[in-house]
Amino acid sequence: MSAVTSGEFWAFVAVVAGIYTIFALGVQVQFGFSGLLNFGHVAFMAIGAYTMAIVTVKTGLGMWVGALLGVLAAAAAGVLLGLPTLRLRSDYFAIVTIAFGEIVRYVATNEDGLTGGSQGTINLAGSGEATQYNGSWERFQSWLGGALQIGSKDVLMLLVVWSAAIALLYACAALVRTPWGRVLKSIREDEDAAASLGKNVFVYKLQSLALGAALAGVAGCFYAWQFSFFSPADFQPLLTFFAWMIVILGGVGRIWAVPIGSVVFGVIFAGTRFFDFAPFSYLDSAERAYVRLILIGLVMIGLVLFRPQGLLGRREEMLLE
Amino acid sequence: MFLQLLANGLVTGSVIAIAAVGVSLVYGILRLVHFAYGDVMAFGAFVGFAFNVTLGLPILVAALLAMVATAGLSVGLEFALWRPLRRKRAGFMSLFLAAIGLALVLRQSLLLAAGPRPRSFDVDPYKVYVLGSVRLSGAQVITVVASATTIVLVALLLDRTTLGRTMRAMADDRALAAIAGIDTGRVVIVTWILTGSLAALAGILAGLVQSTFEPNFGFQLLLPVFAAVVLGGIGSAYGALAAGLMLGVAMELSTWEGLLGGVNPVYKPVVAFSALILALLVRPQGLFGRARTI
Repeated sequence: MSAVTSGEFWAFVAVVAGIYTIFALGVQVQFGFSGLLNFGHVAFMAIGAYTMAIVTVKTGLGMWVGALLGVLAAAAAGVLLGLPTLRLRSDYFAIVTIAFGEIVRYVATNEDGLTGGSQGTINLAGSGEATQYNGSWERFQSWLGGALQIGSKDVLMLLVVWSAAIALLYACAALVRTPWGRVLKSIREDEDAAASLGKNVFVYKLQSLALGAALAGVAGCFYAWQFSFFSPADFQPLLTFFAWMIVILGGVGRIWAVPIGSVVFGVIFAGTRFFDFAPFSYLDSAERAYVRLILIGLVMIGLVLFRPQGLLGRREEMLLE
Repeated sequence: MFLQLLANGLVTGSVIAIAAVGVSLVYGILRLVHFAYGDVMAFGAFVGFAFNVTLGLPILVAALLAMVATAGLSVGLEFALWRPLRRKRAGFMSLFLAAIGLALVLRQSLLLAAGPRPRSFDVDPYKVYVLGSVRLSGAQVITVVASATTIVLVALLLDRTTLGRTMRAMADDRALAAIAGIDTGRVVIVTWILTGSLAALAGILAGLVQSTFEPNFGFQLLLPVFAAVVLGGIGSAYGALAAGLMLGVAMELSTWEGLLGGVNPVYKPVVAFSALILALLVRPQGLFGRARTI
């Protein structure tokens, strides 16, 4: 396999790592700032991607409006999910969010008329008519490529995704330093103390959930543009756990730990493709995929056991109940 | 039709109930949301498959052997993973994440060992029992009998034996139980043996009811099980039992045409969760949980 040294391949890995950075930043905002255990994060990504694609294909509003609506829809879904559930104890909340993620996927799989069903976005306008939602994106890419004199689509995507990721990281880092961000952190540390100072804990949690959901919506749009096709099978619960792993790997409560976590995660994930020595050489490609996920699981357990603070985090942050 | 759906619901519900009791006991005694429980169930089903189909043993013997093997796996994981984590004073969050990692490892190992193709147990598919207007397959009858027996046995264990009383004491207040002289380490091991066996049994019964199963099926089973655990009030074994049966019935009855045309059967899991979310809005502590645990 020559892909180990292929620039194209690693550019692709970096693009995906950038999308995961934005996605996992949502978990960092929700958990790292305010202690919310959202295990249905992938649902917000799905809502963002699907809203963008549906608006683009089925209305005359165009893709950019679609993307904006996608992010807003993801945030609105966060508010809707949070209203009945945020008053629950954190372990109940965690279980309800997993359920929420699965419900969104079930609906996307079975409501063919709205989402194209299990066949994915190609079926958005009904059978017999193959649909595309990313015409505007490709025009934007070729315009940007011309302006910057960059021929490779992968490199271009790399620039776009990471520019967005870094801008969002800066924005979130700035948010933490505002009074709003400090209240969020105080809720994470001691909810009762924050409440006794007159802070409306529920509203702050709701805002944090919605903000994280919006970030997942942004990641969903980039995901849709990067792969120019998606189906409900793209939004497995596994994706949520990847985001959690990135946050834990980098360090809980640290904004700049997220991109580091996702790059390390991307290298582990992509790098294991090149295990072509024994005993891995006896396995076919499907079996290697299983081994790769076993490895990811073991890394996750190992982190929790031996380095719960991740690469950059502080140990005390993970000991919070 | 209504009675048939009710009967199907009780069959589905009894499987959910058994698994929910397992998850609930693990939570009550170890404060662990056992996210890998569905995959432990799948492990049990596949060990049962190996004994039942590969080695040709009767399903009952195969189920008992699978329960022993799965109990062994659970105890092994206690020593390899959960005890070290507790020693390091891992919080709820760390335990949950470790369980997610474990779920990945178990599921993918099963896929690696057994491949993704669907399997079925060796039971007579044409045997049908008729009870009035209700028809039950052989697999469904095995499931009902096995789960009713198990439920009675678990209830007797928890209610009537010293062991059961120590388990409940520990679920109530770990520190107080330890001060009262209960050997908490032993209770934990017994809990893993019991919940591991329950997982294997539930996995096998689920495999029987569904007629085919594959390594991923544990995770799909887990969601209604979690719904039952929360609905019953986390950590309450009897609540989990009752909620499991109720959810099973609710899921099947929701497809009844007499009920506003019924919902599309693919949405059965969604029904379970909508029921859960609705119930939580009214009673955040679950149906049988106590308000003080909130």
